[in-house]
Amino acid sequence: MIEATDVSVHIGAKRIVTGADFQAAPGEFVSIVGPNGSGKTTFLRALSGDLGYEGEIAIGGRDMKRMKPWQLASIRAVLPQAATLAFPFTVREVVKLGLTAGRSGVLPGEDERLPERALAKVDLEGFAGRLYQELSGGEQQRVQLARVLCQVWAPVLDGAPRYLILDEPVSSLDIKHQLVIMNIARDFARRGGGAIAILHDLNLAAMYSDRIYVMHRGRIAATGTPTDVLRDDLIARVFECDLRVNELPPSGVPYLLPQSVARTAG
Amino acid sequence: MTDQVMDAPSALRRPEGDRSGRARLAILLCAAMLVVIAIGSLGWGASDASALGVVLDMVTGGADSVPARDRIIVWDIRLPRVILGMLIGASLAVSGAVMQGLFRNPLADPGLVGVSAGAGLGAIGIIVLGAGVLAPVSAAFGIYALPFAAFLGGLATTLILYRVATRRGQTSVATMLLAGIALGALAGAASGLLVYVADDRQLRDLTFWNLGSLAGATWTKIAAAGPIIALSLVASPFLARGLNGLSLGETTAHHLGIPVQRLKNVAIVMVAAAVGASVAVSGGIGFVGIVVPHLLRLAIGPDHRYLLPASALLGACLLLVADAVSRTIVAPAELPIGIVTAAVGAPFFLWILLRRRGILDL
Repeated sequence: MIEATDVSVHIGAKRIVTGADFQAAPGEFVSIVGPNGSGKTTFLRALSGDLGYEGEIAIGGRDMKRMKPWQLASIRAVLPQAATLAFPFTVREVVKLGLTAGRSGVLPGEDERLPERALAKVDLEGFAGRLYQELSGGEQQRVQLARVLCQVWAPVLDGAPRYLILDEPVSSLDIKHQLVIMNIARDFARRGGGAIAILHDLNLAAMYSDRIYVMHRGRIAATGTPTDVLRDDLIARVFECDLRVNELPPSGVPYLLPQSVARTAG
Repeated sequence: MTDQVMDAPSALRRPEGDRSGRARLAILLCAAMLVVIAIGSLGWGASDASALGVVLDMVTGGADSVPARDRIIVWDIRLPRVILGMLIGASLAVSGAVMQGLFRNPLADPGLVGVSAGAGLGAIGIIVLGAGVLAPVSAAFGIYALPFAAFLGGLATTLILYRVATRRGQTSVATMLLAGIALGALAGAASGLLVYVADDRQLRDLTFWNLGSLAGATWTKIAAAGPIIALSLVASPFLARGLNGLSLGETTAHHLGIPVQRLKNVAIVMVAAAVGASVAVSGGIGFVGIVVPHLLRLAIGPDHRYLLPASALLGACLLLVADAVSRTIVAPAELPIGIVTAAVGAPFFLWILLRRRGILDL
């Protein structure tokens, strides 16, 4: 369990996140949605241990403030929005950096094959020998995900669940790879790990999430299952957008079509 | 994909994109090259003294078969010079590689960004004021006073540079280079002031020191700078994994479990110590720190686990060759080695800039 209790985050003198309560249990895919500037990324950075915060964040029952970087690295991996690379590493070398944390969870000796397996997962087979800096933005993002997967390859290690923290994992991907990546994250949760993702696409969030947190002006505005959260009034209030939420017939998964706004505006 | 596999030059079967086999091979080659060059340097000089003869003489214990003059030339002139050359070459190249890793930028070099100038200011301070204001320092540190002062000068410059050029874990190339120019100029101005107040004997010391030369290599100098440089070189491999992680940025390095702040502190102290010790005994020898790691990255990739040891070996080779050139090109006189490395390194630096012109347009 990653559990945040009454967490506030300041950057400089400005308060970005106020009194956020948050839980992500093993086996769950939890997404965080909200308009630009609502504090999603700042909150996620606090959850990742990158920023100082007031309140409490615990991972696996341990106070995060007392954990060393390597201890954190062995139970959670973080995918950044974008990562620039200072030197001309090959794709394989970048992915292998995920093993720096040292506890992939596979048998010793298997580590050597892990980069190839991770690359195959993100649909980048055959890219191992390419130079990272020469790839497109979307390909780079998938390489980074492969690196992150190497770090916490086994969703559960020594009985302890591990976590994937993803900051807009599909922002620069085409539709096929959006689904590939979302499936990887959901699969990670199904196998006993936890997945936390910031998403902008509310439809993807509705399709994949067990729970959704909606952030608005630095606070958690709502939380619950996609059906609980994605309601006309909440969308209108938080996103300031007059959208109609529909339901997909067999399962009742909510979805939104931007056409309804386009029509009213026209 | 198949053609890339066919292209792989090494017979070692490694997965595509894994350059560790090639890197290990390169390290072995550099080591072999260093042995050959070092032995060559021992035997090569103005005198026809034979290094082999002297060594054989030592081994067999035949005390009189080799003239005493040859023994002195080999043991007390050439050998210290070769050892000092290797130490300084290795130290400058590794410092360059570590700084580039720390600043996440292939253009960072102790000479270019003012660290050497800062170390120089420390050294000049001791030479000029060592008998006056700084007498207690000279007395307390003995032969280590000069390298220690240079270390402090280098450390101060590196710290200021890092503070100025890095914001929220991101280093601006342009700011780093410009701040380096400013700091170098400031250290130069302060050094100039010290030179201005120096007396005649100090001026002579300064001139010899400033030329950048291995000519005055003695066992004493090795005793003064050697341990510091050796310690830095031994410490550098422990930074390798951290620097690899850092190339993805400070935040990601932290996510990978790297204690980023400690890594930066150790790297800065290590660079300052290695550069300080080198500058203290050999003056300003430029461009080794930028040329060597850059060539190696082209050959074996940027993985610091291989780049750092390979830089040490190739840096040592390069400086011995440069020293051989400086000794012979205007024989019987000697050209300061700093001139040789600058003559080769400066055009090389321009070439790097031309290849990567984009990175300065920030």
